[in-house]
Amino acid sequence: MTDIAPASETWTVAGRTFSSRLIVGTGKYADYAQNAAAAEAAGAEIVTVAVRRVNLSDPSQPMLVDYVKPDRFTFLPNTAGCFTGEDAVRTLRLAREAGGWSLVKLEVLSNTAHLYPDMVETLRALDLLIKDGFDVMVYCTDDVVMAKRLEDAGAAAIMPAAAPIGSGLGIQNEVNVRLIVEQARVPVLVDAGVGTASDATRAMELGCDAVLMNTAIAGAKDPIRMARAMKHAVLAGRDAYLAGRMPKRLYASPSSPLAGLI
Amino acid sequence: MSGDPPVVSGEAALHQIQLNGEPRQVAAATILALVEELSLDPRKVAVERNLEIVPKSLHAATPVAEGDRIELVQFVGGG
Repeated sequence: MTDIAPASETWTVAGRTFSSRLIVGTGKYADYAQNAAAAEAAGAEIVTVAVRRVNLSDPSQPMLVDYVKPDRFTFLPNTAGCFTGEDAVRTLRLAREAGGWSLVKLEVLSNTAHLYPDMVETLRALDLLIKDGFDVMVYCTDDVVMAKRLEDAGAAAIMPAAAPIGSGLGIQNEVNVRLIVEQARVPVLVDAGVGTASDATRAMELGCDAVLMNTAIAGAKDPIRMARAMKHAVLAGRDAYLAGRMPKRLYASPSSPLAGLI
Repeated sequence: MSGDPPVVSGEAALHQIQLNGEPRQVAAATILALVEELSLDPRKVAVERNLEIVPKSLHAATPVAEGDRIELVQFVGGG
């Protein structure tokens, strides 16, 4: 059974066009093989990756690129672990050297239990990265005014959190996500907080262009099955959004005719 | 540190460098040789030497000198 989606239903970010509106992370999996299987089941075309030191004491350790292959997926390198703009530039330059990737995910987290991003440093890092020639998708809070600032500063995409990273609490801020979608002229993606399929559908129903998730899949009891669920959830939400939902009513409106009763 | 380490017959002198944050003695005279000495695939790693990226095309031409601070990184899982 194939999923019926019009060939024209693609989305574009920084001049790059994709069919899948589901971006998946590569963290927290049992192993890289499961990771690769989940990314396939999700129908993802883009995966986020981190940049870290090679383990020199064990060069035979499995490498991500041997399972989640860079000729099969677009890698979206992130700045996880970077708390300053300078760290972000340094890290992403290495990612660009390692694989030619210039479309990147900027995340400058706060050192807190909630891990919400430090927007002041994020804005600063965004400027530095754009000057260095990167196309930057920015992980941000749901501050509608800040989202406009990021876009005006040249962000290729705005990626507000629905809830804290890895919390699975779902869309906690529907009003703000909708407002960000309404004002943005670049893609908007919910990134962080999605927990189950209905959360992803909800994000798409609010008008998001795509959804980014990691723990929702990797942390499920059956990650491959959840990856599949998420693929369908994003498709369902996108179709529902484009279909234009029925209005909500305060009272009933019968579906069967009143005339012709026996 | 004492003076230059003794040269073992047929091998290059060892250099003391900082590699991924740890001090290490290496024999490699170039970045390419270093990556090989560490049994790494040069296509799967990126190299920074003294805070500057060393492009793959320059691995063979870039020396490894005493006191260099080198970072060897790769892609790993992340969200």
